[in-house]
Amino acid sequence: MLTMLKINQLHKSYPIGDSSLHVLKGIDLSVESGEMVAIMGSSGSGKSTLLNIIGMLDEADSGDYILDDVPIRDLTEKKAAIYRNKFLGFIFQSFNLITYKNAVENVALPLYYQGLKRKERIEKALFHLGKVGLVDWAKHLPNELSGGQKQRVAIARALASNPKLLLADEPTGALDTKTSYEIMEFIQELNDEGKTILMVTHEEDIANMCKRIVRLKDGVIMEDTFVNQVRASQYV
Amino acid sequence: MFDIDLWREIFQSINMNRTRSVLSGFTVAFAILLFTILFGISNGLLNTFAEGFVDDANNSIGIWPGTTSKASNGLQANRRIQFTNDEYDFLKDEFGDKIQFMTSRVLKNANASFRGEKNSYPFRAIHPDNFYIEQNKVQEGRYINQRDIANKTKVAVIGRLVEEDLFLKTKALGKYININGLQYKVVGIFNDEGGDDEERMIYIPLTTAQQVYGNNDFIDFIYLTYDPKMDSDAALVFGNTIKKKLKNRFSVAASDQRAIRIDNKAQGTKAVEMIKFAIGILVLVIGFGTLIAGIVGVSNIMIFIVKERTKEIGIRKALGAQPKSIVSIILIESILITIIAGFFGLFLGMGILDLATPVLEENFIKEPGVSTALVVGATITLITAGAIAGYLPAKKASRIKPIVALRDD
Repeated sequence: MLTMLKINQLHKSYPIGDSSLHVLKGIDLSVESGEMVAIMGSSGSGKSTLLNIIGMLDEADSGDYILDDVPIRDLTEKKAAIYRNKFLGFIFQSFNLITYKNAVENVALPLYYQGLKRKERIEKALFHLGKVGLVDWAKHLPNELSGGQKQRVAIARALASNPKLLLADEPTGALDTKTSYEIMEFIQELNDEGKTILMVTHEEDIANMCKRIVRLKDGVIMEDTFVNQVRASQYV
Repeated sequence: MFDIDLWREIFQSINMNRTRSVLSGFTVAFAILLFTILFGISNGLLNTFAEGFVDDANNSIGIWPGTTSKASNGLQANRRIQFTNDEYDFLKDEFGDKIQFMTSRVLKNANASFRGEKNSYPFRAIHPDNFYIEQNKVQEGRYINQRDIANKTKVAVIGRLVEEDLFLKTKALGKYININGLQYKVVGIFNDEGGDDEERMIYIPLTTAQQVYGNNDFIDFIYLTYDPKMDSDAALVFGNTIKKKLKNRFSVAASDQRAIRIDNKAQGTKAVEMIKFAIGILVLVIGFGTLIAGIVGVSNIMIFIVKERTKEIGIRKALGAQPKSIVSIILIESILITIIAGFFGLFLGMGILDLATPVLEENFIKEPGVSTALVVGATITLITAGAIAGYLPAKKASRIKPIVALRDD
């Protein structure tokens, strides 16, 4: 299997007043292509920080980070933007759709930043909306959609640029249990198709729907185990 | 490079955030509106002042004799001073290089008649230079010329309204007009922007009048214009010098204020210059004030937009937006709003000025208005300054870490 990402001795601290808070204290992590990994931990364990660094939304103080054989370091804003667009798809807890753009326009946005023509963008965006079953809602604004629908639009958007790695930050955090399982079922299907998925969660049932659980505590990895994936479809 | 997608993004953003766009445009529109109206009114004030001095050349000095009020050099007070051609020649010799035009005048009253029509007019005997000093315009025929002076011809140049009064339906040119019992040939008709009184006037050659009225070389009045290159201060000094020399010539006491009278337009010119200067300063202050207010407004808009769109910027960056694209989307949107609002304010202001013109003209504000070039210039300045002022917030927005922006709820 190909190594999707490799992290070596990653450190990160945030200044708090005069002192600093050491959030990540030497993380080593390797994820193969096609894996579905849950990163767990109580709040303050550093799980979101780790995800942000992997997502190039934040930078580590020290350590190596190699994504798909590309060393990620000395990122300029521009370079980070290009890498994010090319390698990564983001799914957020609060969906983060642009409120004044309708579903299809939201999905098409990463393609705009890839420089695709409008016609091609809309075509691709509609295709991905179809995959999440929302073609009929293409012209609706986010505030006309339910939470589950919004998250599906967000997933379609994350998929639109065909990223190598899908990063999800508490993707079910704002959804009720039933909708959460629907979303997880969908994410599992994506993984079945070969997408590598990394998600942060603090819900055991959601984590158990992944194939591997990495537990963080106080900035170090406490436990890294492969689990028997619980299929979400049985709950839906 | 024209990027249709960028513009689509911008128009969508403006369209979907109408309240925000309208509110932010309001400041700019208001600034330009105020600028236009205030500038227009001050322009009108300036026009009023310019209008007030349109009659004669504004670099003129009038000199006429009076009666001494003080004894001097063994001569008694209450002595009448009489100018003659000698004074004219004296001034010409003494100050020739500083004098632009000069005329002597003999002033009479004319009972003029043509056929049955009679009327009474001021009647001036003059040198040809009078033409330039009075800023007369020859409407028909010619003006008094040097040959008339040399030959003491009996010709008259009459004002437009004299012709209207006396000649009714016929043409005056070439006809003979009876003035105080003598026949003068009308060789020209003139008009003058100085008003009706200036056009109810009859001019004849100076020498003719001197021969007809007493066969002497007396003159009642000397009117001259000084070199226009002289500023008003130098002109005031020049007027005083003339006065002093003439006082010496007639052995008048230096402190005698009645014997030699002088009317120096430079006094008025100086006052007008000062008022113009004051209005100019006022306009400058108004202009800068409104412009600065506008710039501050634009900056505020930008900061506001960036603040409001922080999360959106974060999302866009997470999806792969480069800093350049963030800067341009924000900057162009605000510039677009500024342009639309700026020109809206401009046209509204011009419209208001137009509507208010009748009321303003009743209140001594003549032709209020602004040159299009000026206001368009101001609008462009505002837009440019706004863009520069707005660049910093936009740049800052492009540097927002997506992680920080996404946390912003």
